[in-house]
This record gives sequence, structure tokens and C-alpha cells, in this order.
Amino acid sequence: MNVLVLAGGLSHERDVSIRSGRRVQEALRASGAKVTLQDVDSGLIPALQKLGDDGVVWPMLHGSSGEDGSLQGLLELLDVPYVGTRAHEARVAWVKSVAKAVLEHESIPTPEYVTLPQSLFREVGAEQVMDAIVGKLGLPLAVKPARGGSALGVSIVTNRADLNRALVHCFAYDVTALIEKAVSGTEVAVSVLGTGDDAVALPPVEIAVDGPYDYDARYNPGRVEYFAPARLSDDDIATVSDAAVAVHRELRLRDLSRVDIILDEDGAPQVLDINITPGLTETSLYPQAIAASNENLAEVYARVAQGALNRHSTRDS
Amino acid sequence: MSSSDRHGTRLDPWFDSYAARAHNMRASEIRALFAVASRPEVVSLAGGMPYIGGLPLDELSEMSRRLILEQGEIALQYGGGQGDEGLREQITGVMALEGINAHPDDVVVTTGSQQAVDLVSTVFLDPGDVVVAEAPSYVGALGVFRAHEADVVHVPMDADGLIPEELDRTLGELAAAGRRVKFVYTVPNFHNPGGVTLIEERRPRIVEICKRHGVLILEDNPYGLLGFDREPLPAMRSMSEEGVIYLGSFSKTFAPGYRVGWAVAPHAVREKLVLASEAAILSPSNASQLAIRTYLENFDWQGQIKKFQVQYRERRDAMIQALEEHLPEATWNVPDGGFYVWVKLPEGLNAKTMLPRAVTARVAYVSGTAFYADGQGADHMRLSYCYPTPERIREGVRRLASVVDAEMETVKIFGVSGGADGDAVDFPSPDLA
Repeated sequence: MNVLVLAGGLSHERDVSIRSGRRVQEALRASGAKVTLQDVDSGLIPALQKLGDDGVVWPMLHGSSGEDGSLQGLLELLDVPYVGTRAHEARVAWVKSVAKAVLEHESIPTPEYVTLPQSLFREVGAEQVMDAIVGKLGLPLAVKPARGGSALGVSIVTNRADLNRALVHCFAYDVTALIEKAVSGTEVAVSVLGTGDDAVALPPVEIAVDGPYDYDARYNPGRVEYFAPARLSDDDIATVSDAAVAVHRELRLRDLSRVDIILDEDGAPQVLDINITPGLTETSLYPQAIAASNENLAEVYARVAQGALNRHSTRDS
Repeated sequence: MSSSDRHGTRLDPWFDSYAARAHNMRASEIRALFAVASRPEVVSLAGGMPYIGGLPLDELSEMSRRLILEQGEIALQYGGGQGDEGLREQITGVMALEGINAHPDDVVVTTGSQQAVDLVSTVFLDPGDVVVAEAPSYVGALGVFRAHEADVVHVPMDADGLIPEELDRTLGELAAAGRRVKFVYTVPNFHNPGGVTLIEERRPRIVEICKRHGVLILEDNPYGLLGFDREPLPAMRSMSEEGVIYLGSFSKTFAPGYRVGWAVAPHAVREKLVLASEAAILSPSNASQLAIRTYLENFDWQGQIKKFQVQYRERRDAMIQALEEHLPEATWNVPDGGFYVWVKLPEGLNAKTMLPRAVTARVAYVSGTAFYADGQGADHMRLSYCYPTPERIREGVRRLASVVDAEMETVKIFGVSGGADGDAVDFPSPDLA
């Protein structure tokens, strides 16, 4: 098997993408595959054309163009087998508000939210809009760019006075903000492996963090204590696992995804975020979930890549 | 054992073993954003990388080949801790251009002048000691002082460099408060990031003030020979052999890849620097030292510096013209040498929180916050003109202007800038320092 791992790109998450890509490369090599790391630049299409019959692409790009379906669209155009979610479904999952609307439709709990572009604040008057947001959703609030990952541009707002600053921070990353009720409870990340009816949840990883689970906490070991599996009852583990698998299936995600959930004080699994290209760095949650399931990282990744290759050739036959 | 008694993992089994100072060494969001700066689509006005394309690379390649062929047994071996004697002699010739009369025995060759900053800090700084530095100051030195757990107290500059009266006042106040000031760290020529030069008449005053307060001067001078319009000014070291540790470097006048710099220090200090350097690295790279030595012997290195001056001047002009055209609402200084323009943003903008927007627009700069130890500087950014071509500089400033416009609109809508931090120093990666 010949795997082309795509990593880098031009998004704000380039650094994380390269770190993830290298880890995937290392694991797949250990499984015996031939693996090449490729950035998304003018060398991409020639590299795709050289892949051969046993070639498969593993897009490990975070952020725009990697997760918004653009790259997947290109791979479909060139009819290249690849790991992960298809272009159409990627587009849906990428825009947080669209994905949340699907969840609501399927009665999967997700925190109450509002999505607003910067232009609306300008046109209607920022202070009034912010008052309305706090009036409806209360405090604390999570302010996030409507598109993006790695907690870049994310703030937790506990005072109304801090909302202005949080929005300015957010709008430096995206023209649209998603503002949602910040839910308290046990935070878990549920990694899902497989596609359709075969999709299964790996052991949920609990995130016990001193302060916000922001970029600093995610990528500098120390501030976060991870528990895999989570310190939850069997029933609660089943609840969050079922919710994650339901999200994966309803959004028609493929191969790997990570669903971030807060099990709230009423025991409801509130879905916070959906990642179609979960981070696979040394400090990422997905590899921890694989380890907690007593599986070997290299074998799992090899199985995923082989599955994508088989899927493509089966379709052709 | 109940599930709540379980221990999780912090993904780093040595987390509890780190020295306290290591807990400040963290990968930041800002640093991650710079990952795209290396992509060709991005105009990076962030890095202080010299224009290596301006060097005669073919001839240097032949020089390297012959070096290994003819002197390989020396070049690839360990050398002396103080550095190659022949090179030290040549370094005295380089320093003579700035009025320094030193003996080769006074010189300690280091791995870039960055290592010299580290050695001086190792020799002088205990935790809690004070280093006085210009406001703003070189980010790479601030990182070293922080690693040595020193407190940095900034003293303002104006268009003529460090302000003597402010330095005198600050040193007096620190002494009155019982603080131990170990040295004044200064970049007197074409300051990084400030772009300004300490005028000649202030130099002896700075030397006198420090002498009166019993404080050493650490004179860091990587850019002194890169002036556009005039001969180099006399170094403060030329005015005081006992009161000044002088740092020089080939990184900006030749090539940073060799990592060769040097320190010149009073006799007793020099002995300690050599011992500290041996403890850290045994000896500086012989291969690099011999390469520099061969370059200084066989190439018209002063002619090369003149070529650099012309090239950098053209780039400075491109940047200033572009700023005048596209960013008239900002203010800046016009440097007459070196690599940097220090830009004050329009009122209310925060360079640090604006950076993601700039990266989206494919232009990069370094936020002013990187150049202060105390969280100041958000209203400034450092733009480097050394590496991109004049065309790319113009394009970069044009993109920056649209970023500033968009950020201004956001700030206007919400009535605040995005900056919440009065805190961390953002250490850029080496190519940005």
C-alpha cells in the first residue's frame, strides 16, 4: 500500500496539521506501508497522478480547504481513493451552525446557540445584539469562529463586559461567530471509527482541565489531565458513545471522527463540536482513545487506509 | 478504587520534574500562526532573515569544498573553547571599523551572538536580578533573560535611541528600591525592533551613567555595519574597556547559517565566559570558524557589505513608500540602516489579536508584544524589509492595509480591541527573531 499523507496547507492550523501528518506517516510506516508526506501546493496533483493502483490519500489537513470539503472535492474529481468524509458531508460538518441544525433535527442535544456575522452587529448595533444574546442564552457563553478548530479564536465569557473583546478575537479568525451557552459538566471526546452501520465509538477520553481547554492546554502537556476511559458510569459511557456514533452516522461521516461532548448535570450528552479530521498529534485525543481500546495505532491506521483503498476498488468493480 | 480516585495522564511523565522556569516555555497560539509564514503565498514581513540570495553562492560553494579538501582535519575536529585564534585576530579588524581597539585574546567566539547573550546571562544573572533594556528590546535576548529568571525593566527610546536621562532615573530608582541591576542591554545601531540608532553624543553619556551606577553595559551590535547613509558610529566599547561587554556577529553581515558571533569583555569576565562556553558547548564549530576565516581572507567582504547596504536600502525605500501609500493612518520611523521598521498602529488596534486576520490575508508581521517583557507593545508591529523583494514588500504592505481596515471596522463596532493579555511574551521561532 502506498499512502500519500496530505499535511500543511495554508490554514491557521498548519502547524497542528504537519504534526498530525508526521505521526500518521510514522505509524503507517511501522505497519509496512510506503508513506509520503505532501503539502497542498503545486506539487499535489503530480503526486496524486503518481500514486498507482495501490495508492490511497490520507488528508490530514485541518481548517479551511482541508475540512471544508474543497480538498475532498478535488480528490473526487481526480477519482483518487482517500480516507475520511466525502466532500458534500464535509461541507455540512465544517460549518458548525449547519451541523448543529442537523443534530437538532435528529434530536441530538447540543447547547443552545446563535450564529451571527460581524456585519449584523454593525448594521443593527453591537451593544443591543449582545444584550439580546445574553438575554436569551445567559452567561457563561462560548464564543467561537463559525468555522475552524484547535480552539483558535475561542473564548469563554463569564461577564457581559467581556463579550465585546471575545467577539473581536473571534472575528479575527472568521466573519461569522457561533455563540453558544457554555454548558458545565464532564467534558469528553468520543472518537468514532468506521463508516455507517460499522461505525463504533472508542473509549471516551475525559478532559479534566485547569482553566479553559484552549490552544495552550491542548498542545502543551501538563495543564490537562486525560482519563481514558472517562471516569463515568457504564450507563454514562454508553450515553456519550451512542450520541457520538449517532452524530457520525447522521452526518454520514466516514472512517474517523471525533465528537466533543459535555455530559451535562442532567445527564444529557451535549454535543459541542464535530471533527471530521481529528488531530492525531502526540497530545491529541484520538490516539489516546485507540490506546485505551487496547488497539495498536499502526494497525488501526493501516486498516483505515486499506479500507479506503478497498472501498474505491470495490466501487470500480 | 472508585472511578473518581483514578489518575489520568498529563501526556508527559516528566511534567512534575521540570524546573519552574520551564513551565513558561510553551507553544503559543501566536507561534502556531507563524507556521504558514514559510509558504510562498504568504508575504512574510516577520522574519529578520538576511538576504542570502545576495551572496556569491557559487564561489562560496567552491570555498567550502576547498576548505574540507585542504583543511578538513582541522575543520572537522574539536577546537579551542575561546575560538580559532586566526579568526579572533580578523575579528579585531572588523571591530576596528567601529573604533574598537581590541586584542585577539579579548575575543571569545560564540555560536552566534545569541550564545554570547546566554553566556553573559549565565555568568551574571541570579533569579530576581534586574536587566535594564530598551523599550522595546530584542525578543531573542528577552527570552534568554527570562530563562535565567531575571526581571527586565524597560527604559524608553526616542528617535535618537536610548534616552540618557530616563536611564539615569531608572537606575537610580532601582537602586533606591534595593534591586540588583546587573547590566544594561542595548542594541545601539539600527535597533531591533525599533529601527533607531543611538546618536553619537549620547554614547559617552550612557557609558558615564552606567559607570556612575556601577552597572555593566551589554552592547549588542549585529547591524552596525549595515548603515545606508553614513560611516559607522563609534561603539561604546571604544569608550570603556572595563564597563562594556561588546557582542558582534557575522549573521547579518555575512550568513547566519554558520552561527558565528563573538563577545569582547573585560579580562576577568572574558575568562568566565570561556569557561561557561566550554561547559555549554566545549568549543564553537571549527568548520564554521574556518569558513568565515577563509571568507574574510579571500573575498571582498567589505564590498559585499556595501552591496547589502544598497539592496537593503532599496527594500527599505519600497517599504516606506508602500506604508505612505497604503497605511497613512499608521506612524513609523524611517531607519537609516538595518532590517526593521517599527510601526505604530492606528488608535485602538492590537497587533497581536489582528495577526490571525493577517495570516488569512497571506501577510505576516511580528506583534510588538514580542519585544517587551511586560505585555506592552500591542499597539506596534515590527515589519522586516530584509528578505522579500521590493515587489513583494509592496504587495505585503498592500495586504496589511486591508487587514488594518478590516480590524478597524471590527474594533469600531465593538468599541474595544481584542487584546485581553497583559501577559505573555510571545517568542517567535529563530527565523523570526
